[in-house]
This record gives sequence, C-alpha cells and structure tokens, in this order.
Amino acid sequence: MDLSSINPALLIASIMISATPILLAALGEMVVEKAGVLNLGVEGMMITGAVVGFATAVSTGSPTLGFMAAALASAVLSLSFGLLTQVMLSNQVATGLGLTLVGLGLSSLIGKPYEGMKSPTLPKLDIPLLGDIPVLGRMLFSHDAMVYISLLLVLAVWAFLKYTRAGLILRAVGESHDAAHALGYKVVRIRLMAIFFGGACAGLGGAYLSLVRVPQWTEGMTSGAGWIALAIVVFASWRAGRVLIGAYLFGGVTVLQLNLQAAGARVPVEILSMSPYLITILVLVIISARGVHGAPASLGRPFHASS
Amino acid sequence: MNRRTLLSTVAAATLVTATLGTPAAAQDDPVKVGFIYVGPIGDGGWTYEHNKARLAVEEHFGDKVETVYQESVPEGADAERAITQMALSGADLIFTTSFGYMDPTVNVAAKFPDVKFEHATGFKRADNVAVYSARFYEGRAIQGHIAGKMTETNKIGYIASFPIPEVIRGINSAYIHAKKANPDVEFSIIWAYTWFDPAKESDAARALIENGADVILQHTDSTAPQAAAQEAGDVITFGQASDMAEYAPMPRVSSIIDDWAPYYIQRVEAVIDGTWESTDTWDGIGPGMVGIGEISDAVPEDVKAEALALKDSIANGEYHPFTGPLNKQDGTVWLAEGETAPDGDLLGMDFYVEGLSGDIPN
Repeated sequence: MDLSSINPALLIASIMISATPILLAALGEMVVEKAGVLNLGVEGMMITGAVVGFATAVSTGSPTLGFMAAALASAVLSLSFGLLTQVMLSNQVATGLGLTLVGLGLSSLIGKPYEGMKSPTLPKLDIPLLGDIPVLGRMLFSHDAMVYISLLLVLAVWAFLKYTRAGLILRAVGESHDAAHALGYKVVRIRLMAIFFGGACAGLGGAYLSLVRVPQWTEGMTSGAGWIALAIVVFASWRAGRVLIGAYLFGGVTVLQLNLQAAGARVPVEILSMSPYLITILVLVIISARGVHGAPASLGRPFHASS
Repeated sequence: MNRRTLLSTVAAATLVTATLGTPAAAQDDPVKVGFIYVGPIGDGGWTYEHNKARLAVEEHFGDKVETVYQESVPEGADAERAITQMALSGADLIFTTSFGYMDPTVNVAAKFPDVKFEHATGFKRADNVAVYSARFYEGRAIQGHIAGKMTETNKIGYIASFPIPEVIRGINSAYIHAKKANPDVEFSIIWAYTWFDPAKESDAARALIENGADVILQHTDSTAPQAAAQEAGDVITFGQASDMAEYAPMPRVSSIIDDWAPYYIQRVEAVIDGTWESTDTWDGIGPGMVGIGEISDAVPEDVKAEALALKDSIANGEYHPFTGPLNKQDGTVWLAEGETAPDGDLLGMDFYVEGLSGDIPN
C-alpha cells in the first residue's frame, strides 16, 4: 500500500470544500428545528439555490450576486412552506416533502437553458501572511470566501443561540410554543423568520455546489445532499459546533475514501464506500446511548394561538 | 391481499384495454413506447442520449407512436413499481435503460406477456424481453490509446460506477491500449457506486488529480468530472455516453457517443409491423451504435491519426480490442497469441487483465 501520493494539505483542502454545502444547509435547518419546525424540504431548497445561483452568476458574471440570489430564492421558497405550515397549519412532514418535490421540478425547469454552460467561480482568497505559511497556508488559508463565511456563520449561530436574548426566545419557541405564546412572544412570526433563515442557508449551500464544488449546473445535482444535512442536524443533537463536526466528518470520510481508492489502498472498496454512512450511524448510536438527544420539545408540533 | 389487489387491477386494466381496443382492432391507436431512465434527462450523458433517441423515435413516426418516460428511477425494488405502472398504463413496448433494471424488467415482463420489453446492457432474456447494448469497449480502446500517449505523469484516473461486466470491460480495454501506447502507464480506479451524483463524481475526479493523474476516464453519467478537470488545468478527459462537446477542446479531447436512435426506431417499427421478436443486439463502432466524438486539437496530429486508424480497424472488423496474448490479473492465460475474446467471456467479465492493480469489489 502506497499512500504517499495522498497530499495531506490537498486532502484537507478538498474536505473543506466538500463539507461546505452540507454544513450550510445543516446549520440553517438546525436553526429552523430549534424554533420547533421540521422542514424536510432542504433538498428542494438546496437545488433551487443551486440553479438560481448558477443562472444569476452566468447572466451577471458575478458569483457573489449568484450567492445572494440563491439565498433569496430559497428563502422565499421556504416561506411558502412557512405559510402553509404556520398559518394554514398543514402537516409539516408532508409539506416539507412537497417542498422537495417542488424544488426538484422547479429547478430542472429553470435550469434547462443553463445545461452545459460555464459560470464564473469564486476566486480563491489570497490571504497575506497566513496564506504563505508552508503547509497550513495551502491547507486552511487558500479557500474561497464562502468556506470562511460558512465557518463564521457557525460561530454566529452558536453565539446567537447561546448568548442573545433573541436566541433564547427562539429556543423557547422551539421548546414550548405555548409557554412562549403565554409570555407574549409571536410564535408564528419567530418561526417564519427561522424558516426564512434556514431557506437562505440551504440556498447558499446549493449555490456552493453549482458555483464552486462541481462547478456546473446539472439536473438533480444535489442528489441527496439535503437529506444528509437533515441527518447531520440529528447527529449534532441540535448544536452549532457539532453541526460543524458532523458536516466535516461526513465530508471528510467521503473525500478520504475516494483518496484512499485513488492511492490504491488495500482496503475493500465496499467498506470504504460505506464508511461515511457507517460512521454517521455509529456516532448516532453512541449519542443516543448516552441518552441525551437535545431535540426541541415542540419539534414538528403545529401551533395555533387559539389552542 | 396485495396480490389480490394487484391481480384485480391487472384484470380490470386488461378488460378496459380489451373493450376499448376491439372496435378498431387497435389499428389506429398509436403504439405507446415507454422509457425508464436511471438519471435525469438533463444529465448531459447516458440518459440524455437515451432521451435524444426517444425524441428521434417521435419525430420518425409522428402520430403513429406516443412515448412516455420516467426519469431518475432508482435501480432495485422501486424500478419494478415504475415499470409495472408503465405497463399498466398501456405501453406496448418498454425500454428499461440501465443494468440494474434487469431483474425488475424480467419480473414485470412475466406478468405482462403482451407487452414487449427491451433491457439495455443486461443478459437475461425472455419471450417478451429483448436485450441490447453497445460495444463501448471498442471506444474505450481508442480512449486508452490517446490516454497512454498523452499522459505525462503516467497515471491515469478512472472513475468507475458499479462493478458489473460492462464497466470492467471498459477498464480492461482502456488499460490494454494505454499500456500498448505507453508501457509505464498506471491506472488508479475509484469505484463511485453511483451512475449519477455530480458532487461525488467531481470529488472523485479531484481525488484522482490530487493523486497525480493527468488523464481522467469516467464511467459515470454527468459532466461533473469534466468541470473538475477543467478547473485543475492540465488534465484531459473524454466525454462519456454523450459528446460533452461543451468541454472541448480541453479538457475533453474526445468522447464515446451512444447512438440509440436507429435501434429504437427499428424496434418500434417491428412492433408496429408485428414482427417484433426477443433478440440480443450488441453493436459497436461498425454499425454506428458507438460513435467516437471529434478528437480535439489538444491531441497531437500523429496521435490523432493513430487513434483514427485504430477506430477504422475496429469498425471494419480487422482488429478486436481483446486480442491475445492476454493474461488475467493473477497471471493465468486468458487469450493465446492471436486469439480474440468470445462474446461470452466479455459479457460475464469479472476479472482485471494482467497489470492492473487492486481488486474488483463484488
């Protein structure tokens, strides 16, 4: 077995790129679930973000505008879910699945003219000093801006939920919407804002796929990334830091197994291919064995002020 | 309970068809042709070409046929449901266009003896199940030759999908001809376990490139590896299943193009004429089922000329890509000097040829 052809610096760099889309989507979904809403439409929102971001970047020539448009489009799409589940009290699971289907259909409709086109991609940042550190510079400090934005977002969400009053209110809504309502908080409005944020994050994640990671538009290109993001939220027991770990672990194992194969490691390929899922399941089992789940108590329960 | 419901549904459906069908003896009804796709029609590769052929069928026959299709049908149990539904909806001829639909197709066909089925790339036939495939390995030989000549790192990356004979044939054929062109060549093979997952395909391409490969061959359906190679710069690729010309002249230097249209038209014609029979079709470059996309200017003139000569000799039958002496990976003799591989060996191929490293997952 000759693994010397794997360059650790490039490997870590690839892992960061590979993990960013699911990290963004999972982070958004975590905030949504913290507010007590289960939105299973992550896949649909991601792919909408992917196509809108790509289309915008192609027509304007600016990937930054692409990301902004993607976030906005997915957030607006998620509001349709918000409207249905929060105002009209439809079933969250069914509506979320519907959102995924709508997103997949809508995206292939919008994306038809953009197949096979090339878009401007985000430039790699050239961070002075840090980027010049021999190995670490290539590994950690030569990515595009979105990688760092996603990491900052993790930090921001963590601080928001832990230290701010608004974060406390959001958690209160997710734990017991009746109590929050009794205290005079606008449960529906807060949840809609959380859903909007979740949609925007999923859109950014999708756009990262189509503008940086792949980078092209292909129908159905998320192929399950949204579902992985949903699983990672559970995996992370609804904590921002662990979402980061989960996304990087999943992205890491995925990229690592491909690299091991490319380097000709003498490990059965079946086990390598299974490993991302195996490890995710393993960690889930360990977490649940500890008996601490951390799921918001009102997760998925409908709320109406009259009840 | 389930079976009973199904049977009554089938009975009802047959009854309805019979009642509706009798007056005009189904003469004026358009022939309904169904297609089951493994990916989305916009994948730019495999499914895209099948759908292009479907459109060609529509154009050729006009009002005489009606086509329906379902895309992104997972291989396995769900495929059986999708095919059954298509048969129930009155399709006369159903093309199931991926290897993993083999058993579902045969199962459904047993329940609908009056419906004709055509399964792509498989080997199980029945009275109403025909199989068809293309000799993609002929195209792989040409790719292998170009790859061997063009590589500077002597490392060629191969993104394989599932360990099935068709994919293994492709790897072997490409390797044999790359090795002939360049004895120092080495293959790195990644099994992606998917036909279509752009993000994973692009990760796989990136992993191969980072491990030193400067040629990427793919047996997955999307154009994602092309995009990854383009980003990396000095890497060449080949279009898979479709021309993928939007990535020419670099990284895509040539391609294998599947041209299903003539076959589909011929088979639909047979259904219309009532001459359809279960057949086993396996055509290559000669009859035109496998096309070689234009070799771009990134390839030096002499290499291009050699590749085209190789193509011609395969097309007119002078040369078989699997011609001995060839040994299996473990060193045992497979083909003696001058012997060519019988189709049976090729259809069930489950071994690497000598020189390839690693094991085939099973």
